[in-house]
Amino acid sequence: MRNIFLFIRRYFNFIVLLILQVFSIYLIVHYNTFHNAVFSGVMNEVTGKVNTQYNKIDYYFQLKKTNQLLVKDNERLRNQLKQNFESPDTTIKIVLDSIPYDTLGNRRKWMYFSAKVVSNSVVAQNNFIVLGRGTGQQLKKDEGVVDSNNGVVGIITDVSESFAVVMSLLHKDSKISAKLKNGGDAGQVIWDGKEPNRLSLTDIRKSAKVAKGDTVYTSGFTTTFPYGLMIGTIDEIVPDKSTNNYLIKLKSTANFYNLQYVYAIENYQKEEITRLLKNANNKTNN
Amino acid sequence: MSTLIKNIIRFILLILVQVFVLDRVHLHLMVTPYIYFLFILWMPFKLGRTAQMLVAFALGFALDSFRHNPGFHSAACVLIAYLRPFLINILIPQEGADSNYEEPSPKSMGGFMPYLVYAGVLTLVHHAWLFFLEALQFGNFWYFIIKTLLSTAISLLLIIIVELIFSRKQQFRTNTV
Repeated sequence: MRNIFLFIRRYFNFIVLLILQVFSIYLIVHYNTFHNAVFSGVMNEVTGKVNTQYNKIDYYFQLKKTNQLLVKDNERLRNQLKQNFESPDTTIKIVLDSIPYDTLGNRRKWMYFSAKVVSNSVVAQNNFIVLGRGTGQQLKKDEGVVDSNNGVVGIITDVSESFAVVMSLLHKDSKISAKLKNGGDAGQVIWDGKEPNRLSLTDIRKSAKVAKGDTVYTSGFTTTFPYGLMIGTIDEIVPDKSTNNYLIKLKSTANFYNLQYVYAIENYQKEEITRLLKNANNKTNN
Repeated sequence: MSTLIKNIIRFILLILVQVFVLDRVHLHLMVTPYIYFLFILWMPFKLGRTAQMLVAFALGFALDSFRHNPGFHSAACVLIAYLRPFLINILIPQEGADSNYEEPSPKSMGGFMPYLVYAGVLTLVHHAWLFFLEALQFGNFWYFIIKTLLSTAISLLLIIIVELIFSRKQQFRTNTV
């Protein structure tokens, strides 16, 4: 017994080092459980407040660029107004309404919420974006996030009272279901951790028709993103020798270096779909 | 100013500079400049070794909180805080210099060269351990080696510049202390 105490006293510092290292690595490995417990509550609010102060200054210097983006965005939206189109047959009149059901019985499925980027990173191996909008302003977990050009940015992983943390596409755990515009082959967009604004598209068979410059967009298979949002354009195609797939590099549509305003997309039918899937799963298990 | 208050201000300033200046400078994808761990290099000689490691953990954790990625910087900081006393023991020139001066600096370590070795070794260890932990997730060995070496060079350059601009005045304390 005495020897054990002597041993602990003699190597006390080394033991402290080991404990702290193991704890740190535990944090890295069990990132999600710990993050939910501590970060989404206290730490998000604290770091979010500091980031907001900084962003107030930073935002001022980018006003010009933000304005240009907004003008471009407005132009695009104005061009989509129904009043710009005239139908040749005078007996048909299209009426558009903003309530959940329009006159044709269509139901609103997706709703966009604008949010300001409070802090953003591209240099780390796992990048996150913090939005200055939270549960108090109708943002929820697992919503998709796009930039003002409708380019995919990431998915909300954590929401607190007034801030939301977005796992950007530039993150090792980021996986987005994607589709080629030509041919419609489905794959997954991931990031290899090297260069910002360059993504990888996996699971595309060699038989698929792929060309440089082709558009890749969201597949709409998940409840996070609607069908047809741009993810990127194909930049480089390399046949993988060991498998039957291509290794495809994408140039992302969203420019992660200067995000100012983004849009979170809420799916009004998500609950219904998840409930249905859950029922189906329960049935097969029983 | 008392040592405690000075160190608290230093802690906050270095974290803010790291988060809001250096993390936003996109030099090259191979180069990530770090300066925040200068706090660990400048910790007083007198602080106990266990305390050093705990303070270093707090520093790393503070930076991790801003990056929403707990663990990486805490691990690297704790490691260099553990190695620090050994290096000081090897590099400090005359008997008792560490009791005559308050904290490591080119003056208290007897010249720029020993201080540079001290800063260089700790910077290299910090970067290597940090990028190693990051590389484990992606598994890209050569990328890791080159990134470590380049980032160490840039960080060391930054440390030298900081050392030249903000030269800390260290008065020689009497032997009676």
